[in-house]
Amino acid sequence: MDVRYINPFIESTIHVIKTMSSVDVKFGKPYLKKDEVAKGDVSGIIGLIGDVKGSISVSFGEECILPIVSKMFGENFSELNDEVKDAVGEISNMISGQARQKLELMGRNLRAAIPIVIMGKNHTISHITKDKIIAIPFMTDNGDFTIEVSFEE
Amino acid sequence: MMDFAITILIVDDFASMRRIVKGTLKSIGFNNFIEAEDGAIALKMLEKEKVGLIISDWIMPNMNGLEFLKAVKGNAKLKDIPFIMVTAEGQKGNVLEAINAGVNNYIVKPFTPETLQAKLQKVLK
Repeated sequence: MDVRYINPFIESTIHVIKTMSSVDVKFGKPYLKKDEVAKGDVSGIIGLIGDVKGSISVSFGEECILPIVSKMFGENFSELNDEVKDAVGEISNMISGQARQKLELMGRNLRAAIPIVIMGKNHTISHITKDKIIAIPFMTDNGDFTIEVSFEE
Repeated sequence: MMDFAITILIVDDFASMRRIVKGTLKSIGFNNFIEAEDGAIALKMLEKEKVGLIISDWIMPNMNGLEFLKAVKGNAKLKDIPFIMVTAEGQKGNVLEAINAGVNNYIVKPFTPETLQAKLQKVLK
C-alpha cells in the first residue's frame, strides 16, 4: 500500500472532528494492524472504489465519542444509542469525502459506498482488500479513537 | 432580506445530519421544516407540500441527491425552488455534475453555520 494515502485521512479526520464538534484531536504513530478486532466500541466502515480499491474505518471508544456527539448536537449523550451510531456513520462519511478530495489532487479518483456502522464491545472490522491495514491512533481529552486504512493498487 | 416563513425540505439518509442542518437553520431564524430520508420520499412530499428551499445530501439509497436534483429541475412546477446540495462529495467532477444539473449552490461537509448562512443569503435573496 502506498503510504502517501495515509496523510489525507489524518488531515481530514482532524478537520472533520474539529469543525463538527470543536474537539481538538492529536494523532499518534501509524502502525500495522494484524487482527480484525475493533479498537473502539462503535465503528464506521466505508468501501472505496475507483483508481484504487480499499476501505477505511473509524472506531471510537465510548468515552471518546459521547462528548463529540454531545457537542455536535448541543445536548448531552450519556450512552451509546442509535443516534450516536447514526452520527458515527455521518462522521465517517465526511472523513471519507474530505480525504477523497485530497486524493483527487494526488491524481487518485475514488467513489465511496454508503457507510456501515457496527456497535458493541470487541466487534470486528472486515476490510474489503486483503492488503495491509494501517491503523492511526487519535487522542482527544476524553479518550481515543482509531482510523484504519487499507488499499490495494 | 430572507423570508423566514418558508418551509425548508431537508433530505438526508442520516438523521444526525438532518438534525444538525435543522439546528443551524433554526439558529438563523427558520422554523418550518419537513424531512425526507432519500430523494424518492422527498419527491412525494413535494407533490403535497409548498416548499421554499430544498437542502439535500448526495449519497443516499433509493434515489440519490443528483437524481433528485434532476427530477426537481426537470419538473416545470418544481424547477424554481432553490436547491442547495450539502454533501461530503467535494470532488471537482461531482460539483460540475451538480452545476450542470441546475443546483443553485453547493456546500461540502463538514460546514460551519456561517457557511450555510452565506449560501442561503445567495439563493434566497
